[in-house]
Amino acid sequence: MAENILRMRRITKTFPGVKALQDVNLDVARGEVHAICGENGAGKSTLMKVLSGVYPHGTYDGDIEFEGGVVEFKDIRDSERDGIVIIHQELALSPFLSVAENIFLGNEREKRGFIDWNETNLEAAKLLRRVGLDLNPVVRAGDIGVGKQQLVEIAKALSKNVKLLILDEPTAALNDEDSAHLLGLVKGLRKEGITSIIISHKLNEIRAIADSVTILRDGRTIETLSLHDGSVTEERIIKGMVGRDMASRYPDRTPVIGEEVLRVEDWTVHHPQESARVVVDAANLSVRAGEVVGIAGLMGAGRTELAMSIFGRSYGSNITGTLYKNGAPITARTVGEAIRHGIAYATEDRKKYGLNLIDDIKRNVSGAALGKLAKRGWVDSGREAVVAGDYRRSMNIKAPTVTAITGKLSGGNQQKVVLSKWMFSDPDVLILDEPTRGIDVGAKYEIYTIINRLAAEGKAVIVISSELPELLGICDRIYTLAEGRITAEVPIGQATPELLMQYMTKEKD
Amino acid sequence: MATTVKDPAVTAPPPPVKHGLAFLTSRLRQIGIFVALIVIVALFQVLTGGALLMPDNVSNIIVQNSYILLLAIGMVMIIVAGHIDLSVGSVAAFVGAMSGIMVQDWSFPWWLAFIVSLVIGGLVGAWQGFWVAYVGIPAFIVTLAGMLVFRGLTQIVLENQRITGFPEEYRQLGGGFLFPGLFPAETNILDWTTVGLGVIAVVLLVVSQLRGRATRARLALEDEPAAWFFTKLAFIAVLILGLTYLLAGSRSGTPIVLVVLGILIVAYSLVMSNSVFGRHVYARGGNLQAAQLSGVNTKRIDFMLFVNMGVLAALAGLIFTGRLNSAGPGAGNLFELDAIAAAFIGGAAVTGGVGTVIGAITGGLIMGVLNNGMSLLGVGIDYQQFIKGMVLLLAVGFDVFNKRRASSALK
Repeated sequence: MAENILRMRRITKTFPGVKALQDVNLDVARGEVHAICGENGAGKSTLMKVLSGVYPHGTYDGDIEFEGGVVEFKDIRDSERDGIVIIHQELALSPFLSVAENIFLGNEREKRGFIDWNETNLEAAKLLRRVGLDLNPVVRAGDIGVGKQQLVEIAKALSKNVKLLILDEPTAALNDEDSAHLLGLVKGLRKEGITSIIISHKLNEIRAIADSVTILRDGRTIETLSLHDGSVTEERIIKGMVGRDMASRYPDRTPVIGEEVLRVEDWTVHHPQESARVVVDAANLSVRAGEVVGIAGLMGAGRTELAMSIFGRSYGSNITGTLYKNGAPITARTVGEAIRHGIAYATEDRKKYGLNLIDDIKRNVSGAALGKLAKRGWVDSGREAVVAGDYRRSMNIKAPTVTAITGKLSGGNQQKVVLSKWMFSDPDVLILDEPTRGIDVGAKYEIYTIINRLAAEGKAVIVISSELPELLGICDRIYTLAEGRITAEVPIGQATPELLMQYMTKEKD
Repeated sequence: MATTVKDPAVTAPPPPVKHGLAFLTSRLRQIGIFVALIVIVALFQVLTGGALLMPDNVSNIIVQNSYILLLAIGMVMIIVAGHIDLSVGSVAAFVGAMSGIMVQDWSFPWWLAFIVSLVIGGLVGAWQGFWVAYVGIPAFIVTLAGMLVFRGLTQIVLENQRITGFPEEYRQLGGGFLFPGLFPAETNILDWTTVGLGVIAVVLLVVSQLRGRATRARLALEDEPAAWFFTKLAFIAVLILGLTYLLAGSRSGTPIVLVVLGILIVAYSLVMSNSVFGRHVYARGGNLQAAQLSGVNTKRIDFMLFVNMGVLAALAGLIFTGRLNSAGPGAGNLFELDAIAAAFIGGAAVTGGVGTVIGAITGGLIMGVLNNGMSLLGVGIDYQQFIKGMVLLLAVGFDVFNKRRASSALK
């Protein structure tokens, strides 16, 4: 264990105008699980791109020693040949190819240029068993869930005789069950002698499976901590990441709760394609002015489906039930109508559904309420820039100007742009779906502060989250959702993670 | 509040001011296309021994390419939204044929034939827009079908005959000039109508630009560096005046179609940059789902874009029918490809979300000058096709290269 499989020495990587990495050192012992922590923009991904050859030798300063020798990778294939495989946060499976084809993509089992299908599928099945997946390798990758896709990615890495496996936020999109399985697998790989580097924001995971953790901040190595004796707490790691003590991970708030703003009654939603399948089953819920209401549920429970169906029926078919706004029934059959009724929905997948990534901040901010800036169909672009500038300051969006392209912002700042967009639409009800997914600790605090501010302004806020501590930290009341049904409504005073989990896993009687 | 978060005012970096070269490189694509046009003009001016920029030839280039430029306006909007339209050549031919039947067989007055023709164009666009927007068939397929359908209809309504002998008024739109008798070339050095129009255009341009800049300054918004702004403004003004001088010295002054085109370019540029509709087109092309979840009625946007394209294709049909004084079964062939090439040379992105009217017009002019210059040099059609193909490929290749360079610099 003492021998180091990887030593990165004084790595410096400069982009025009930015020093992304400065004299970063990283030592990874053979056979360990090594976590890398840091806020977004701390340089974690850049460091891993240097290691895996995405940034080829010569574009950075410093040395990489792998298995005792200095290596100079020209590209990813080069590093893969040496046994370094990176699995990116955004999965890279081709949805229309079979699982087996994906596993051997670029590395096909062939005989004289023709694919040997029997060997392909046999080998794939073996690899799948190694990652604990009981799956027919001929199914299409797009037809299996995200959790399984992640495991297929690992099987793909194993097919390349991986020695050092790099996982970038592997559990960001997974529910607790799939996360646990994945982490167990990483532990199992350690027994087989495979070293892993895991980048994660989830500190409890890191504490559970990592042997040591290296903390990066502002492109520098801060410290490497051993996690063996258990003396390193989550707070200790956070302190290293943010360079300050975080008295509380959740800002304090004194709720001032008013009248009911939105009530959903007997809300039933069917699957958009398979219209016989019930996705949301006779749900009842309400939210009051100044209140933050949580929706807890495992993946597949119908959280996003419930939210999107309320938001102008943007999900589902055959929707029945009634929406009441300020006590009166309303119809919101399109997103436009929902917005006019003062409902806003900030999506869980801001890159895919929330932002026009090739456009700038100001045009994204104005996107949901362009009419407010227009007279007779003509946009007042001067006022638009002023409005966006105000949000940039009040939301602390870290970008030089409002003409910065949103695709180039960090996750936390992108989320602030999405929130600005919905705040500008001046809603009475905000539904925030996973508002802090993929966002670092410091930015999470800012998002919570914004949520509190919205509630203090008298908005009704619904927060959907996979992270129970987050719901417990910011909500006044929590609904639990299981198999499309609301299984409980828990006031914050009585809510514990155990109780919520019990209702979230409650099966149909 | 137990806040230990840093003061936002301290953490937010001050806006960096881009100076000189950095600013120029950030505008490389925008500038590049204009520079390319100027280089090509200069090249052919030298190669043809000055024949390219002879007044009558300049007038000719404009009239010859007017319908392609017109189609490029509608095409770039469709491309920005993430679609394509392969049918515009056939639609233009069909409308040209219908207008011929109206004035010849049905004895419609020219103005009524024009109005009905534009309505037909709109209906054709509505037909295609319906399939794209509300049925959800990819525009490539719908308009490929449309290309065949309307070519076939053209041949059917014309019974494979050519209609010629259009009335004088009808032909004005495609081949006429503004007040040709007012300042006859025999007694005037310049056509003063043209000079007047050119001066008015420059004054309007300068006033609107200065007012825009003053507004931005009043709102304390970021703006282009002053040197860039005034250089650009002066440059455009000189270009317009130069063109004015050339046209004023030509045999007949300002082509009517140039006035139509000028108005449409300005109007559509404004629509795309400043209207809610235009902004929704960019939003739709940039990220369809995000636009839908922001309450944009993307189906209506798609539908309207095709209606608009149909009307513009009809106008193009009227212009070239008038210019050639003929509506034939094979008219408008390959117009769609010229219009698409113009949009892409002008910087539109294949994936949608990016592109400007002025870029497409510049792209169309590059193709037009290439055509004209090579014809003057006596280069055969075979080589012309080859060279135009290479220009398209290189222009888009340059774009891709440029984008990659920019994104790797920012990663």
